[in-house]
Amino acid sequence: MLITEIKKKEDIIEIVKDKKVLVLKCYGCKEVYFPEEEIDSLLKEIKDYVKEIARFDYICREEFAEKYLRHLERVLKEIESVVVFSCGVGVQVVSKLIPCIPVIPGCDTHYINGFQGITSQDVDCQQCGECWLNITGGICPVTSCSKGLLNGPCGGARDGKCEINPEMDCGWVLIYQRLKKLREIEIIKKAAVNIRDYRLIIESGKGVKNES
Amino acid sequence: MNLEEKLKSGKFVITSEIGPPKGTNIMPHIEEAEHIKDKVDAFNVTDLQSSVMRLGSLATSRLLIEKGMEPVFQMTCRDRNRLALQSDLLSASVLGVRNVLILTGDHTVLGDHPQAKPVFDLDSVSLLKVASGLMKGKDMVGNDLDGIPDFFLGAVVSPGYEPQELQILKMERKIEAGARFFQTQAVYDLVAFENFMKQASKFRVYILGGIVLLKSAAMAKFMNENVAGVNVPEKYINMMATADKKDRPKVSVQIAAELIKGMKGLCSGIHIMPLGWAKYVPDVLAASGF
Repeated sequence: MLITEIKKKEDIIEIVKDKKVLVLKCYGCKEVYFPEEEIDSLLKEIKDYVKEIARFDYICREEFAEKYLRHLERVLKEIESVVVFSCGVGVQVVSKLIPCIPVIPGCDTHYINGFQGITSQDVDCQQCGECWLNITGGICPVTSCSKGLLNGPCGGARDGKCEINPEMDCGWVLIYQRLKKLREIEIIKKAAVNIRDYRLIIESGKGVKNES
Repeated sequence: MNLEEKLKSGKFVITSEIGPPKGTNIMPHIEEAEHIKDKVDAFNVTDLQSSVMRLGSLATSRLLIEKGMEPVFQMTCRDRNRLALQSDLLSASVLGVRNVLILTGDHTVLGDHPQAKPVFDLDSVSLLKVASGLMKGKDMVGNDLDGIPDFFLGAVVSPGYEPQELQILKMERKIEAGARFFQTQAVYDLVAFENFMKQASKFRVYILGGIVLLKSAAMAKFMNENVAGVNVPEKYINMMATADKKDRPKVSVQIAAELIKGMKGLCSGIHIMPLGWAKYVPDVLAASGF
């Protein structure tokens, strides 16, 4: 079961406007809720910027995604930004495969329970319901930082490794390096002070949002 | 004059630190602080340092006030959610605590209760912003406060952190969120510190350079291997290694004094973390010319 919600239209438009954009849509999971109509209506609004739209199945599977992207090699050379409509795992897999192009999540992921296992082993989505990947170079701060920090690294990393496990990369050092590569380091400076909204998590077993 | 007023006046300030004990036996720590209170402008009180369960920072801060000392109440985001953090800030205010040093905090797994739930509902940047909001009379969701607290907000920065650009970016975010003074991770390399200050001096905040008294060569090596952003140069390790055990405090004092003298023209003050060696702080200060 997959439940995603399209991000605020204005936010996506703000990011993609005046850029050449590749749009990737994933139809892999038999979704309970994938905002297909909203996506298509948004795509109509940004059609002037969209260079190409590609449809995928299971973009979360790295070897599939790699093959798909190979077919799009020519397009990738011409575009400036990729918008991915998928769960958070799919967005991270794409950003990992094309680290030099900004990859923007089109959706917030609320629920992907039941599908972990077929997806990438390297990246994870905690279904926080408010995808941060657009401001972190496509690397999730919730799952790649042991403290889930949203506003930059703690002071605990040594040689780029996390204070709790020297085998584990510091998520924020990875984010920093990726943003450097994308020449988007200013994002960290300009970002709002981010704070989680825990109402957006759909608790397993309840199947509904905690509206309060 | 309080800490903020002293910094404003241009005085080179000296802060030190108390680590509350595991248990209720706080008086020896208070007495240790009292012993040096004439030389030290304020005392940080650590908040469950190293993620070890201990006596609380707020209660200890209040005890310092009652004994005529000025505390810097340290607050981490590890153990409390946003309701508790805001509430404790209000509590601090009514207990007369004005200086608050805000940190994200070490992870729970590093301490003596590794099974605990790590909270991190907020982080250093967001808690600074929330504290700044309280000072404007609003809680973090915009509700009005009945009675408004006033704080002098501080944060930490690690001059030896790599990549430095990332550390400076984080520092900038803390300043935007309301940090007015910074205390640094332990400094042992004056050239690196000067280089850091070149980057940081563009910010209009007070920076207190961190001093940790070396107790032995083994401690220096341990820190080099395990503490982020700390690099004790070979020459200091050798000085400690070649000193007789009874002379080690003297050598340690000499090293600290050399560093403090070197920092004097570079920053607004120093923060001494004695880690159990508070009795040598007067010697350090005397040797540094205070």
